[in-house]
Amino acid sequence: MTSTIGAPSPLVPFKRKEPRLLLPGLDPSDRIFHGTARIIGMFVLVMTGAIGIFLGYQSIPTLHHYGFHFFTQTAWQPELDKIGIASVLVGTFEVALVAMTVAFPLALMLALFITDYAPKRVKSWLISAVDLMAAVPSIIYGLWGFYLLQPQAINLARWLSQYFGWFPLFHVDTDANAAVWQQSRYTSSAFIAGLAVSMMAIPLACAVMRAVFDQAPIGEREAAMALGATRFGVARTVVFPFAKGGIIGGTMLALGRALGETAAVLIIVSPDFQIKARILEAGTQTTSALIAGYFGDATKSQLSALLTAGFVLFLITLVVNTGAAVVIGRSRSGASTEI
Amino acid sequence: MAALHVVEAVEPATEPAKKRPPRKIRAFTIDDWFSTIGSLLASLALVWIVYDHILDGSGILGFAVCWYMAFLIVYAAVASVSNPRHIVVDRMVTVSLYIAAAIVIGALASTVIYTFFEGWRAFVHANFFTHDMSAVSPTAPLNQGGILHAIVGTIIEVGIAVAVSVPLGVGTAVYMTEVGGRGSKLVRTVVEAMTALPEILAGLFIYVVLIVGFGMSKSGLAVSAAMAVTMVPIIARASEVALRVVPSGLREASSALGATHWYTVRKVVLPSALAGLGTAVILAIARGIGETAIPLICSGASSFLNFNPSGVPMNSLPLFIYTAYTTHEPGAIIRAFGAASVLLTMVLALFVAARFLLRDKSARR
Repeated sequence: MTSTIGAPSPLVPFKRKEPRLLLPGLDPSDRIFHGTARIIGMFVLVMTGAIGIFLGYQSIPTLHHYGFHFFTQTAWQPELDKIGIASVLVGTFEVALVAMTVAFPLALMLALFITDYAPKRVKSWLISAVDLMAAVPSIIYGLWGFYLLQPQAINLARWLSQYFGWFPLFHVDTDANAAVWQQSRYTSSAFIAGLAVSMMAIPLACAVMRAVFDQAPIGEREAAMALGATRFGVARTVVFPFAKGGIIGGTMLALGRALGETAAVLIIVSPDFQIKARILEAGTQTTSALIAGYFGDATKSQLSALLTAGFVLFLITLVVNTGAAVVIGRSRSGASTEI
Repeated sequence: MAALHVVEAVEPATEPAKKRPPRKIRAFTIDDWFSTIGSLLASLALVWIVYDHILDGSGILGFAVCWYMAFLIVYAAVASVSNPRHIVVDRMVTVSLYIAAAIVIGALASTVIYTFFEGWRAFVHANFFTHDMSAVSPTAPLNQGGILHAIVGTIIEVGIAVAVSVPLGVGTAVYMTEVGGRGSKLVRTVVEAMTALPEILAGLFIYVVLIVGFGMSKSGLAVSAAMAVTMVPIIARASEVALRVVPSGLREASSALGATHWYTVRKVVLPSALAGLGTAVILAIARGIGETAIPLICSGASSFLNFNPSGVPMNSLPLFIYTAYTTHEPGAIIRAFGAASVLLTMVLALFVAARFLLRDKSARR
């Protein structure tokens, strides 16, 4: 007996017992449960695929009719059979660019403020405020941007064009130095629409960044503190390197939102179908605002063209959002909580 | 007197050993206070004087921007007088962060306050809540007509969307966290990507499938379907987070007692995540309630009260705001702001509910 425990003799081979079968097959109720859950999960997958497939299918006639010109034509004149989304795509990216230029630094700073700087009591209120900011309907930001922000922002736009007008982005086709300046040349621009859209991009980016900043290992934070780092030193050497994925992912997610934003842009911009880099000047158009604005009185062929524009927007946002989801997913640590 | 003496004699001996308040690590010294406030005032004065020369008559916003820039420069100069470089950098970052937070919160507050400020002229009239806009022209005075039809439409549409999307969303979350398997990672990535799906694409999708494909007419039901498309991923993602924080020990304990997996999920996992699930649903409702492009595409703006979600157009608050805005009539704009205030009140109420749910949970633990 003792010999077998101490060292199994070569004569009596150690007999491996088959492990007891732990899973004698699932309970029938579990089989139904797993099946149902899997079906629901797959349904969400299929739904996303279906959005792409249906929009893609509807856009075949348009792409067949206009061919590649659909992507190079700037005008949107169905009565002349000239339809294209070149200017609209440029406008979409201009508005998103303005929005992200404003939103990225603010979201990053707000997220760092919430995790590392704010007093404890303020912290939970700030988190709620950011959540609330994400939930305020975009049309309300549109009204806010049009009636409250615009009269203020056009002054800033004029100042930028006065002193930095040599830079193509800030140029405006009017006499910026005139004593009585043409205010209407500065209203309804991509700049103002971008400012309103940034209000929707900030909370989205901030929420992701904050969640990742909070996960930065406390030990490394304390180590940096103990070595005499300032609070910003901790952020720079510990928090930011740890949260790189979250920062990039959150920004991309917000970019996806900014690219597809409809109501606020629809209220603020005045439609203008030309490719221009002058973001401060009145008039631009984005893909989603084009669809929403022209949908009501579209004929069948125009409808197909609008659906094609929607399909292009879908592809763009899908690429951006999936990229964001992959980046964020990779930076996520710990799949569950243990006790 | 003698007693007092005793107390005085005893106190210094026991006090330091018993209760000494922890030393403040991040104390703001008098020097810091003076340099911050001094820089604020100095930059304000500086901008006040030279403002007309840089940003001639460009309003409050331009003034604020100039003050901010001037403050950073002055503060950096003051701080670098008696501090090494890395502390100056730290100070600059600290004030920038405070100002960034103030900007964002200020923008949010101005949105909320401005909406209510502009809207109150509409909702001081009781008829604003009890009448619809049938046979009332957009130019009519504010004591005629109201937004009852839009409020009812919003509630019906959101109600149907919630009834559809909650089982789907929570089911997806259960699939991702409890069942798992090969597909769950893909589903998680797709769900995460879908949370930022532009609402207008959900509207177009439902339009193509239900209205063009199945010949349904533009109606509240189509709006609900499109809303559900945008709400499912939001619920799924937020519920997944709520389910993930349920300690796995609870699941193991339930399994060890012989419960089936389904029984464990139903009786242990879902109840312990109930507060988180409620918050997820509330967040999704708050998002769905404000969608404008969906009703614009999937339903027309009716002007009359309508309880039937299928077959006939149904108005909703965001759509009402948009159509009122497009008339550019001063009276209609006030109505739009009134409707926006009602919409914002609904969102705020949902948020208070969400906070209450979360606090309840933390109090119980």
